[in-house]
Amino acid sequence: MLSPMNVMKTSFVSLCLCVFVILTSVPAFAQFDLSGTWASRSNQDEMERGPGPDPVDYLGLPLNDDGRAKALSFNYSMLSLPEYQCGYLSPFYIVLGPFGLRISSELDPVTGKIVAWKIGGWVDRDAMTVWVDGRPHPSPNAPHSYGGFTTGVWEGDTLTTYTTHMKASMIRRNGAPVSDQATMTMHIIRHGDLLTIRALMEDPVYFSEPYVRSRIWTRDPAVNLANGVSSPCEPISELPRADTAAVIPHYLPGKNPFMNELTQKHNIPVEAVLGGAETMYPEYRAKLKQAKQP
Amino acid sequence: MISSVVLAVVLLQAQSAKARAPIDLTGYWVSVVTQDWRWRMVTPAKGDYESVPITLEAKKVGDAWDPAKDEAAGEQCKSYGAPALMAVPTRLHITWQDENTLKVETDAGMQTRIFHFNNSKPPDTAPSWQGTSMAEWEKSGSLKIVTTHLRPGYLRKNGVPYSANAALTEYWDLTTERNRDQWITITSSVDDSQYLRQPWVTALHFKKEADGTRWDPMPCSAR
Repeated sequence: MLSPMNVMKTSFVSLCLCVFVILTSVPAFAQFDLSGTWASRSNQDEMERGPGPDPVDYLGLPLNDDGRAKALSFNYSMLSLPEYQCGYLSPFYIVLGPFGLRISSELDPVTGKIVAWKIGGWVDRDAMTVWVDGRPHPSPNAPHSYGGFTTGVWEGDTLTTYTTHMKASMIRRNGAPVSDQATMTMHIIRHGDLLTIRALMEDPVYFSEPYVRSRIWTRDPAVNLANGVSSPCEPISELPRADTAAVIPHYLPGKNPFMNELTQKHNIPVEAVLGGAETMYPEYRAKLKQAKQP
Repeated sequence: MISSVVLAVVLLQAQSAKARAPIDLTGYWVSVVTQDWRWRMVTPAKGDYESVPITLEAKKVGDAWDPAKDEAAGEQCKSYGAPALMAVPTRLHITWQDENTLKVETDAGMQTRIFHFNNSKPPDTAPSWQGTSMAEWEKSGSLKIVTTHLRPGYLRKNGVPYSANAALTEYWDLTTERNRDQWITITSSVDDSQYLRQPWVTALHFKKEADGTRWDPMPCSAR
């Protein structure tokens, strides 16, 4: 049987152990403040994100046959049609576009708790609201918008968001499509002044596998955000015959004149240029080496 | 009593990095090349430095890139050093080498990165492609790694250089998707005042694979 002194000793050691474990444990998860302005770092895919991709450049896109066919039918003049002039790109453009982010929180006026995070829009991307108050997604039959409907939950120090109800759009600014059935998951992670977002887009219509992109921003109060909000837009008549629906700019199958452009410029086999899930994996390099040089 | 407390504290301080790991990074992972495809899956053309904030001095070095010369010098692994390795299309095999050392092997280039925890300094060795990596678990649950002591190499296969003074800082995060797929996201920053005008900041991702059946070791290639 332990003496009172031994009991005291044991208790004291146990207390010290508990305190030490609490102080040194990893991790002590906590949410972080997203609000502020974040500057884009263009250290990856600078041309695609800034000036824009080549007309037929589906490198690394998991397009299925339908997605590829729709992409190849795209003609840039289509954007001149009144019904397309004011369209926005998909919310996935957050990790594709060239601009910084303006993020703010929306508080419940009674409790003061954060009910949503707002990611400001750009000239060609709608603003996004990330609801973190536990509300459900709308019915599958609810209207779709360019910004979609997004909910978020904190998983440790990572804000994980899920977006549904988006409009059909482009996954790359050259007509590579994404359908209105697509969904998007984002993981928003902060390391000091670096903000990393990894986004995963799933589309049962045009993709054979999820499409994933990761991007980094740095905290910067002086960042150029373009206008920081989605732009107002008023369609005008740019093509005289477009108003009558007599002209729908497009390319028929096999008639896209840019099909071989990337192959000629960079010596990349056209099979790779046209994308597909297998082109995303390391073993595809063996096929590239075997491919017939143009 | 004091000696008991000291003993308890010492024992706890000695708790291994493996035991304290907030995330499990072990297993096989594959890089999914959805970004910078044209600079990673194929060797970019000489002089193509897109997206890398290089200095004029770096441009001169890059413009003089000669893969045949690297091959002749037995330096085919210059583009497989730590600042570039995670961007190489590859599979990773991650294991605990011991209680305080995490080992990351790649099948592309057959390289091995060693992450030392608990300030367990490795013995002094000559600068190497993978350098010396000190690791720590962050309160957020991330793995932070700082790599120095590097042998000069290439950030990209077409000779974009980094110097012996380059330092690589990485944060490795683990996330799980709705379909239960696990992904590692690496936030990476290369600092090199000699060849970079500002840190080269990139994000890369790897998807977990069920096993190592697709593990395919290949030696370094200079082209």
